Amino acid sequence: MIEPDTLPEAWQSELRACLAPDEQLIAWLELDLDDHLDFRPGLVALTDRRLIATGENDTSWKTWRLTAGLKLAHHDHAGVGTLELEDEQGRLALWRYTLGHSPAALRFEREFVRQRDSVASGQPPLPAPAAICPICQMQLQPDEEDCPNCFRELHTPPSTWTLLRIWRFAKPYQGQLIAGFLLTLAATAATLVPPYLTMPLMDDVLIPYQNGTPIDPNKVAWLLGGLLGSALLAWALNWARTYILALVSERIGADLRTTTYEHLLKLSHEYFGGKRTGDLLARIGSETDRINVFLSLHLLDFATDVLMIVMTSAILFSINPWLALVTLTPLPIIAWMIHLVRDKLRTGFEQIDRVWAEVTSVLADTIPGVRVVKAFAQEAREAQRFREANKRNLEVNDRLNRIWSLFAPTVGLLTEIGILVVWAFGIWLVSKDQITVGVLIAFLAYISRFYTRLDSMSRIISVTQKAAAGAKRIFDILDHVSSVPEPVNPVTLPPLKGGIDIDKVSFRYGNRAVLHEIELAIAPGEMIGLVGHSGSGKSTLVNLICRFYDVTEGAIRVEGTDLRSVAIADYRRNIGLVLQEPFLFFGTIAENIAYGKPDATRAEIVASARAAHAHEFILRQPHGYDSLVGERGQSLSGGERQRISIARALLIDPRILILDEATSAVDTETEFEIQSALNNLIRGRTTIAIAHRLSTLRRADRLVVMDRGRIVEIGNHETLMASEGAYWRLYQAQTKQLDAPPALGENGSSP
Amino acid sequence: MKPTASPFALTRNGFGRLVLTDAEGLAHEGIVPVRAFGITAPDYGISLMSADGKELQWLETLDVLPADIRSLIVAELAQREFVPEIRRIVSVSSYATPSTWQVDTDRGTTALILKSEDDIRRLRGRDNAGALMIADSQGIHFLIRDRLALDAHSQKILKRFL
Ligand SMILES: Nc1ncnc2c1ncn2[C@@H]1O[C@H](COP(=O)(O)OP(=O)(O)OP(=O)(O)O)[C@@H](O)[C@H]1O
Ligand SMILES: [Mg+2]
Repeated sequence: MIEPDTLPEAWQSELRACLAPDEQLIAWLELDLDDHLDFRPGLVALTDRRLIATGENDTSWKTWRLTAGLKLAHHDHAGVGTLELEDEQGRLALWRYTLGHSPAALRFEREFVRQRDSVASGQPPLPAPAAICPICQMQLQPDEEDCPNCFRELHTPPSTWTLLRIWRFAKPYQGQLIAGFLLTLAATAATLVPPYLTMPLMDDVLIPYQNGTPIDPNKVAWLLGGLLGSALLAWALNWARTYILALVSERIGADLRTTTYEHLLKLSHEYFGGKRTGDLLARIGSETDRINVFLSLHLLDFATDVLMIVMTSAILFSINPWLALVTLTPLPIIAWMIHLVRDKLRTGFEQIDRVWAEVTSVLADTIPGVRVVKAFAQEAREAQRFREANKRNLEVNDRLNRIWSLFAPTVGLLTEIGILVVWAFGIWLVSKDQITVGVLIAFLAYISRFYTRLDSMSRIISVTQKAAAGAKRIFDILDHVSSVPEPVNPVTLPPLKGGIDIDKVSFRYGNRAVLHEIELAIAPGEMIGLVGHSGSGKSTLVNLICRFYDVTEGAIRVEGTDLRSVAIADYRRNIGLVLQEPFLFFGTIAENIAYGKPDATRAEIVASARAAHAHEFILRQPHGYDSLVGERGQSLSGGERQRISIARALLIDPRILILDEATSAVDTETEFEIQSALNNLIRGRTTIAIAHRLSTLRRADRLVVMDRGRIVEIGNHETLMASEGAYWRLYQAQTKQLDAPPALGENGSSP
Repeated sequence: MKPTASPFALTRNGFGRLVLTDAEGLAHEGIVPVRAFGITAPDYGISLMSADGKELQWLETLDVLPADIRSLIVAELAQREFVPEIRRIVSVSSYATPSTWQVDTDRGTTALILKSEDDIRRLRGRDNAGALMIADSQGIHFLIRDRLALDAHSQKILKRFL
């Protein structure tokens, strides 16, 4: 039971005042919309005897006693959920909420039904079934409102810490990384030697010479040798560390890419349905690359810079703390100013990214659809669209370039000013005999290296942010749990006989109910014909049988085993599927037919092509079975593509054959030929065939007629015709259509 | 246009549902009025659909209907239309998506979660050059009728996402 204390604070005292002393609060639902669909908080609460809800104005509460006749129904439209309370006479109340509250509303409704039934029957309420996440079907903990899996993805903005998660991919290369770091340390130290050597060069050689002491060639040779040596050393070390670290980061990038792709392939249809192809391509392609560049270039540079600054500071302080202090004070100021400009630039870069995406999306739209573009002679308009996207790109770039062109000179100026300060203070110190000229020169040599690095250091902020955003988008994919999860302990399937038991199956796409309580037992070897209006849920049912989606309620069983408890790939090996939209990969016809069984012999390929009546037209292609079919199989006709995909399904010799409009694009004669060929193949296989052309399904043992997500009739052609029901009407409509085609368009005109 | 006698009757029953009685005297319960162009031309084209999704009546405009029927339809439409119009963007949690926006709308203040920049769509068309449609993570569509008419603060925020 829920105590009133866990209620949202705003309602606690008011609600408690309404309750009778022994009244128990059972559930509540927070509302965020009022009757006029304005955003306003409200509350409906369920107690052991009645419903209590906020009314029109905040202070009034309305109540309804629980009786057997009370009903609560929910539905939603355009992002607004509605909960209606009715009894036999009519509607009593109506509450609205945005869909975010939908799971809570469903739970509330369940509690209501339990409580009402208990009040009506006088029995204590039945125990509550465990709540299940509507998205990923995971069981929720009793106190969880939302599924932690599905909710997290939505709500966390990318943080720089996401980058740390890449460590998972870096770990295997620990050794190389440590070596790389040590090399970086050594290389940086080596580059700091030359400025140090300028000190003795100045103080012990040049200045004494000006004061009349001759130059000691030995000493000069030593010093110059030192300069050369340190330069060579730095070169070698830098080469080694860049090579090692680039190698490692390239491998990390590759691992990241393949792991993401492997994971992506495991995700369900649902995931792909909600994503744009271009977006996924970008994530796996360019985002991994961006992270890669970040690791191999920017992170490395940054590490070097930090090391250099730390080491340089140490050296400077060891030479002369006062001068060091003065040298370093402008540093934070310059860093801050650079950061300011960068901030402006960053928003500009973001904008460029987005505008660039727009330019590419015009391409991504029109190139696959080029046939439509040409068919409707819209080339000029598409060109115009592209030109406009490009124009926007130019505008944003121009604006950015104005700041950008200012940026480099500004950094230069700031550096000069910094050096000026060091000069001034240094000259003063020299005049006070605090330091030698050599020290000052060494300082200046160090400092100029120092400031130039500041620029690249400031860049790290924005590239880190970009890389973090990229990492987040990749981990979005990696963290996504498939909505058709692999069972933890998969049951091994016995060789299938082909029986499928569909038990009270309901299904929703998101919040939209598409199938309602489907009951169907398919016997091994039976041929089922699925018919019904477009959108009645035929393909959806097939999707469930293939386990592309998991049922929302009920279960599908093969050989008595729930589909959800068998390994997915194991099960799908038994299914030959011909999809409504045949898809051919880029490659030869033979490769396409053998897609599901790459080691098939040529004889097998030819046999299945013959069965699908594809053999002859394939032979008419320039290279027969070795002819290339293009992207989307453009060189083949629609019917030819369908026949290749039938051959592909037949080749794997499946126990269950699913034909979703497999022959819709071939002429009736060819279809008849395919049918008769299939006839031999279908024998002994469970076949589920969907077709709008009812003649296709004449041979079906049973026809299943669907309408708006329900099975309305089952039977063979003769019995269904005799009963003059939905099938009869469909059939009549088709035969009539052949006799006299109906007029175009609907006949609804304005009054 | 002058209201004319309508070829159908429309009433609301005790369950709050609209009932349409057509020319043949057949009653259909649970009528749903739908605007054909909800955003770009709300007043042109309203269809009365039956509960199972069949169009029963197409009305090019409501002006020709008797006042009582019109007000029933208008009231029902108001119950179904939910496109809050953003008047001001108060704050955003981050400029990287997903981002939570605090907004003032014509229906009161609320928060919306923007999943990705792709969910902001520019509406095309002659009359709504500056119009944006923002789909939040719950599937609610927020409208910005003219982004150039927003105050400077909101525009500045918005720009970061466009
Ligand atoms: N991925 C999806 N998300 C949301 N709704 C969907 C999705 N796929 C299909 N639907 C909806 O589910 C319903 C049933 O679709 P389904 O594809 O099963 O129809 P069908 O009977 O195969 O129709 P057709 O004969 O035209 O192929 C349709 O109303 C459709 O709009
Ligand atoms: Mg279909």
